[in-house]
Amino acid sequence: MSAFSAAKILSPPPFVARFASEKSLCPFLSSPSVPALTRSALRSIRLLRTPLAVSSDVVIGQKPLASSSSATQNEDVDREVALVLYEDMVLGRFFEDMCAQMYYRGKMFGFVHLYNGQEAVSTGFIKLLEARDCVVSTYRDHVHALSKGVAARAVMAELFGKTTGCCRGQGGSMHMFSSTHNLLGGFAFIGEGIPVATGAAFSSKYRHEVLKESNPNGLDVTVAFFGDGTCNNGQFFECLNMAQLWKLPIVFVVENNLWAIGMSHVRATSDPEIWKKGPAFGMPGYHVDGMDVLKVREVAIEAIARARRGDGPTLVECETYRFRGHSLADPDELRKPDEKAHYAARDPIAALKSYILEKNLATESELKVIEEKIDNLIEDAVEFADSSPHPPRSQLLENVFVDPKGFGIGPDGKYRCEDPKFTEGTAQV
Amino acid sequence: MAMALRALGRRISHSDRFFSSLSEAAKPPSDGKLINLFTAINQALHIALDTDPRSYVFGEDVRFGGVFRCTTGLTDKFGRDRVFNTPLCEQGIIGFAIGLAAMGNRAIAEIQFADYIYPAFDQIVNEAAKFRYRSGNEFNCGGLTVRSPYGAVGHGGHYHSQSPESFFCHVPGLKVVIPRSPRQAKGLLLSCIRDPNPVIFFEPKLLYRLSVEEVPEDDYMLPLSEAEVIRQGSDITLIGWGAQLSILEQACDAAAKEGISCELIDLKTLIPWDKETVESSVRKTGKLLISHEAPVTGGFGAEISASIVERCFLRLEAPIARVCGLDTPFPLVYEQFYLPTMNKILDAIKATVKY
Repeated sequence: MSAFSAAKILSPPPFVARFASEKSLCPFLSSPSVPALTRSALRSIRLLRTPLAVSSDVVIGQKPLASSSSATQNEDVDREVALVLYEDMVLGRFFEDMCAQMYYRGKMFGFVHLYNGQEAVSTGFIKLLEARDCVVSTYRDHVHALSKGVAARAVMAELFGKTTGCCRGQGGSMHMFSSTHNLLGGFAFIGEGIPVATGAAFSSKYRHEVLKESNPNGLDVTVAFFGDGTCNNGQFFECLNMAQLWKLPIVFVVENNLWAIGMSHVRATSDPEIWKKGPAFGMPGYHVDGMDVLKVREVAIEAIARARRGDGPTLVECETYRFRGHSLADPDELRKPDEKAHYAARDPIAALKSYILEKNLATESELKVIEEKIDNLIEDAVEFADSSPHPPRSQLLENVFVDPKGFGIGPDGKYRCEDPKFTEGTAQV
Repeated sequence: MAMALRALGRRISHSDRFFSSLSEAAKPPSDGKLINLFTAINQALHIALDTDPRSYVFGEDVRFGGVFRCTTGLTDKFGRDRVFNTPLCEQGIIGFAIGLAAMGNRAIAEIQFADYIYPAFDQIVNEAAKFRYRSGNEFNCGGLTVRSPYGAVGHGGHYHSQSPESFFCHVPGLKVVIPRSPRQAKGLLLSCIRDPNPVIFFEPKLLYRLSVEEVPEDDYMLPLSEAEVIRQGSDITLIGWGAQLSILEQACDAAAKEGISCELIDLKTLIPWDKETVESSVRKTGKLLISHEAPVTGGFGAEISASIVERCFLRLEAPIARVCGLDTPFPLVYEQFYLPTMNKILDAIKATVKY
């Protein structure tokens, strides 16, 4: 039995279509072909109907349908795609395992939040994005960074606090940024990333429509990842409204792993079905099995295509699970063992592996080769991070303002930031 | 027992205002057990909920005990109606707490880390602080107490180490209280909860396990807005609060070896702060040094400095020194360079004394 007891809340009969045809149902879309009267009539019909969405098989007992173009579920992926997905998930998993090892050896410190178990969500979405698309994440951001293309070396060095890290050692585990890969950060504070992502999406739409810097393939898409706890935060709702109001090219991805440190999602939320909050604001809401990378990918293809076309935002709720505690300091005593066992049996990597072998897309030994390659990559990343230098002390004052001289001129007429006594803090200012 | 008597002796020896305020402070505290800070706070919360049936404790993750274990056992004893988890929305938590307080309840809200208090800043500044004032005393949210762990912890980084106390000190209508040790914390927290004004209680998270002291098991309160002279001296006055006091004590010891006698004051309540005690101390020594973890510019040390200059200008023999955090966001790796360490304070003590 799934711990996701929202299964009891959903009303039968199972629904089959997805909330797709916004043009006819969404009253906010200004479509000249639909007169106002019809729109309000349609609106009242829409309000009477239960909002539709794709469901995971855990919730309903049905396999999901993701896109109107392909009626079949789990559309077969070809070998190339499958191997890319496999490699990315293995990279995420092995990297996080190595993080745990390094943490217990004292090489990294602070608050480290690992992503084990949720790889399908990151891989499923981010592997569909291009370099120009933005990703905004939370404090559980190592794997998002890796999927987006940030080198494992850079991420590991950042975790160790070295200058060669992606943020020069100033960000740490929870603040991975990369301008080359358009990774707009890790955010320690929940919900803070969502408005930032909304702004980035606006910028993309503005460049496309006003500045006419069009890309023939469509708008740059922003994907914002956040958790179930964040969905009770005001910033989330504010951004759903703004994104739909301005039809921004953004995908809101909820990584619902059922727990916010020690608070169970079901006990903290009046309506635990987060996908429903999308239609409440006028955008489609999807619920997908976040432990199955192929299902996530199907939904992601549709959501990202929607955004790229300019049709506006989508809310996707991925039911997933973190195998480890909230952070490496969390003893993880509150979650029941059978819940953990249930999800451990649905390990996304194992699922993809058995899919690949079943469909004969690759042999066991080829997968082994991939795993060894990743092993070596991670070992190399650790060595690189180990041998990198710590940031020099002068870096402490850098990047507060654009101009480090923003600290002003001291009594001796020199720039205060150049005064060695300044860093000592004997503030005879 | 000896420790308790010594503590009592210290209290009697300074300001007689102690006796005119709460009489509990004058009774010798009964022998307590050695406990740490989070246990003391836990005891205070138990007593507060015991003595007032309309008091509530809530916040993120408080039901299982909280991420720092300050709320262990409360749900089991008082039930889920009085001790409950809130969703992750600081603005909502504090706004909701203000509403509870306005209807005559004691709302003890927890903000999981002081770094996360900013979404609630609007509610605290615009609503809690001004409730009594703008309703002409029709309503008030005096029953509001906001508890939050603050301060550097060694590995916290940008968002688990901040000291935002000075933002709240700028708001008339609020009280800000910071304890330095378990015994202080229990007494001060009970005073804050029972004080008929909204109070923000910052707990130094570094000391949750590290600071251990004998704490009486009974219900006792320590007066607010009274600073305490922890150590008598004659050469220079040092002021601090919270975890910084242990650093200041180390600096005092080191300075004593060099023949400088330091007077150490724990401010305890930041607003309204005890100007008289500080002024009388500065009149004795003629020099002042203030130390806090928050960045120096605009930190609360600036207010203390300006007020003391106004009151003691002719008595001061040296500029007032502030040894505080640097004017940067709280850094990740270079915490030890950012913080006001013992060496920095010692340097400043010597520079001030030799001015």
